[in-house]
Amino acid sequence: MTSLSDPQAGSFRLSMLLNDTRYRSYTFQFVALMCIIAVFGYLGLNLAANLRTAGLSISFDFLSAPSGYDINQRPIDYTSQSTHLRASIVGIMNTLIVAVLACATATVLGVAAGVARLSPNWLLRKMMSVYVEAFRNVPVLIWILIIFSIMTAVLPPPNAFRGENPTATMVMGAFAFTNRGVYAPWPIWGDGSWVVVATFLASIAGAVIYRRHTTKVLFDTGRLMPRGWPTLAILILPAVVMFYVMGRPITLDYPALKGFNFQGGVNMLGSLIALWFALAIYTGAFIAENVRAGILAVSKGQTEAAASLGLRPNRIMSLVVLPQALRVIIPPLISNYLNITKNSSLAIAVGYMDVTGTLGGITLNQTGRAIECVLLLMAFYLTISLSISAVMNVYNNSVKLKER
Amino acid sequence: MADLSRAFVRRDMLPATPPPVGETGLVKWLRENLFSSPINTVMTLVSAFVIWWLVLAVWPWLSNGVWTTTSLAACREVLQGKTGACFSVLTERWHQLLFGFTYPADQYWRPTLGFVLLFVAAAPVLFFKLPRRLLIITAVYPFLAFWLIWGGSITVPLFVALGFVAAALTFQALAKQAMAQAALAAVIAALVVWWIGGQADLQVLVLEPVASRDIGGFMLNMILGVTCVSLSLPIGILLALGRRSDMPIIKWICVIFIEFVRGVPLITLLFVANVVLGYFLPPEVTFDLILRVIIMITLFSAAYIAEVIRGGLAALPKGQYEAADSLGLDYAQAMRLIILPQALKISIPGIVNVAVGLFKDTTLVSVISMYDLVGMVRGPIQGATEWNGVYWELFAFASLLFFVVCYGISQYSQWLEQQLRTDHR
Repeated sequence: MTSLSDPQAGSFRLSMLLNDTRYRSYTFQFVALMCIIAVFGYLGLNLAANLRTAGLSISFDFLSAPSGYDINQRPIDYTSQSTHLRASIVGIMNTLIVAVLACATATVLGVAAGVARLSPNWLLRKMMSVYVEAFRNVPVLIWILIIFSIMTAVLPPPNAFRGENPTATMVMGAFAFTNRGVYAPWPIWGDGSWVVVATFLASIAGAVIYRRHTTKVLFDTGRLMPRGWPTLAILILPAVVMFYVMGRPITLDYPALKGFNFQGGVNMLGSLIALWFALAIYTGAFIAENVRAGILAVSKGQTEAAASLGLRPNRIMSLVVLPQALRVIIPPLISNYLNITKNSSLAIAVGYMDVTGTLGGITLNQTGRAIECVLLLMAFYLTISLSISAVMNVYNNSVKLKER
Repeated sequence: MADLSRAFVRRDMLPATPPPVGETGLVKWLRENLFSSPINTVMTLVSAFVIWWLVLAVWPWLSNGVWTTTSLAACREVLQGKTGACFSVLTERWHQLLFGFTYPADQYWRPTLGFVLLFVAAAPVLFFKLPRRLLIITAVYPFLAFWLIWGGSITVPLFVALGFVAAALTFQALAKQAMAQAALAAVIAALVVWWIGGQADLQVLVLEPVASRDIGGFMLNMILGVTCVSLSLPIGILLALGRRSDMPIIKWICVIFIEFVRGVPLITLLFVANVVLGYFLPPEVTFDLILRVIIMITLFSAAYIAEVIRGGLAALPKGQYEAADSLGLDYAQAMRLIILPQALKISIPGIVNVAVGLFKDTTLVSVISMYDLVGMVRGPIQGATEWNGVYWELFAFASLLFFVVCYGISQYSQWLEQQLRTDHR
């Protein structure tokens, strides 16, 4: 907005700082900057004064001191003699573990429920809308607590699996659901197992190359080569052959009852399961709505146009509908992943030792370094969300409609 | 002409035959919606089995429910090994779940009245066909509710309200001449009234004062939810406008604030309110914990609302901005009369999502040891010897309360979208 009549030069008056649109924005910005500086200066002075009277100073030295507490889930070596820094790293890894598990499960659930809400089957449709409404409208903290109560109060203790007529049995002889967590088989990587893994990785690359090749053949010659079963064969066969050639290096370690508890296999804590499934089911309800909206956003004319070109139904889906629907689905999907990561901080309510539980919980209480701990905690979450937003921006730019 | 007497000519219409049985009513509906194809039939049967299984699991629990005992052990005695819920925990402790465990029992009528009045106060905002004059009730409500819930002399909220009235009147009287001077005068008028109120210390219509730490249960969730949503809406609008502003300093202040708040979980902000904020204030200033939490949640949701409204602003065609400019409206007028009404209308679903999410997030205060509904369930009630081991009844009750409120809000927003839809479809 510029004024039409130019005032004469050199006629600057002080009131123009407020009344002239050319200068007013500078006045506003100056005032805003001064206010911000004043507020931060005031807070900073208070902080300095408070720290001086308490005889404290801001320092991150406590990170290298021994932590003195145990963590019940340790992806890397950790004892109570390890440092607070290592405790925080264990916490970060636990956060990432539950976030990745929950994201994967939520995607599967959400896509299934979203597609089911569009199904022609009335009963299925209604059931899915009940699922979505029930989970979207109740706080995730309550769902976490409900599943945690199931894990700790309903499941039998390990000694129920003992004796001639045990009151509880293992599922398929491999999974034990106890109130101390779920015990499941875990692979043991023997000598030469890396060959099998390498073969499998190579066959993934092979499958991709094969699919590229079929596309090229189709575009060059119009000949349609089979894609489904050859891909599957390339993926599985070499790895299986190599597995037997190397003398079966990978074995499964089954949990078994020894002493008072199960030994062997992997133990997933009740708190991990509670957090994982509560976040997955809760966020799955949101993803279901995104998926439904994304599919509905592709107008019916697109499907009909593709059909009139003679495409078969599953090709219409994969070539016409999905590419357009994904552009609508993916951005909210990623922000849902971000929500899962942030909501995983609710771990503190069920005693799962994620980064909020170690750094923001026990370390904070033991050292009394509230400012430093909360600062580090925020920095961790900020890093994750900003990097995910950066990825999302790149994606959004790559799928942006190329308009003339 | 042919001989008509022998020709067969029908003179009246045949009555319409009823459609085949398979094409009408229930049978047709069943066939089209449940059994249209083999896959569909299988899905129907599986779904029906799941529902049947759920009903079998839940029905005995509900129907055998015990409502009249005083402890879980007594419940188990009544049930004698049968499956059944122990709803007595609700009949015994409902007041704690709703009001917290130290709110004076003879004063329960106050928050209840406040809750009922909330609907009266919200009605003019929610249903714009009601006479506009009713908005006065909405304006009065916050002060009335504060007096009802926290108690004390009515003069405290009265003088606060009078301060705002004085400021508004001063501003209106002087705004014609000069905006900035009017704003300054308004602030001074408000401060003068508040200072007088602080000096006067009158004790009129005194209700028994209730300390903030005595406030808990679902009431706390409602207080936090209603206060924070209504405060964060104006702040969110300002942040959104600031982020789209062409003044770089203001824009960057808003961008940094919004991205920072949206990047961290609410729990860390609550930690800040609980343990860090004290370091940044002079030692003699002691904030109430509820107030600190309200400030943090408000800032949190303001950042989210700002992003929603920014989306609404960006969705408006550029022509609307240019049309406002070409009419000669200044920035404030263009925003108030042209841009914001349309942008807010577009943003309604998003704002409601944020509001519902925020209301659900108020349960997080239980993590910093405030006794909201979830805090009451996990703390004093499950910790009591007579109710140790009661889970599902309490969680079902808590879920039900939240479901009713959140589902109600989302249904209202869908209705509002219908009402505000001005395009022709």
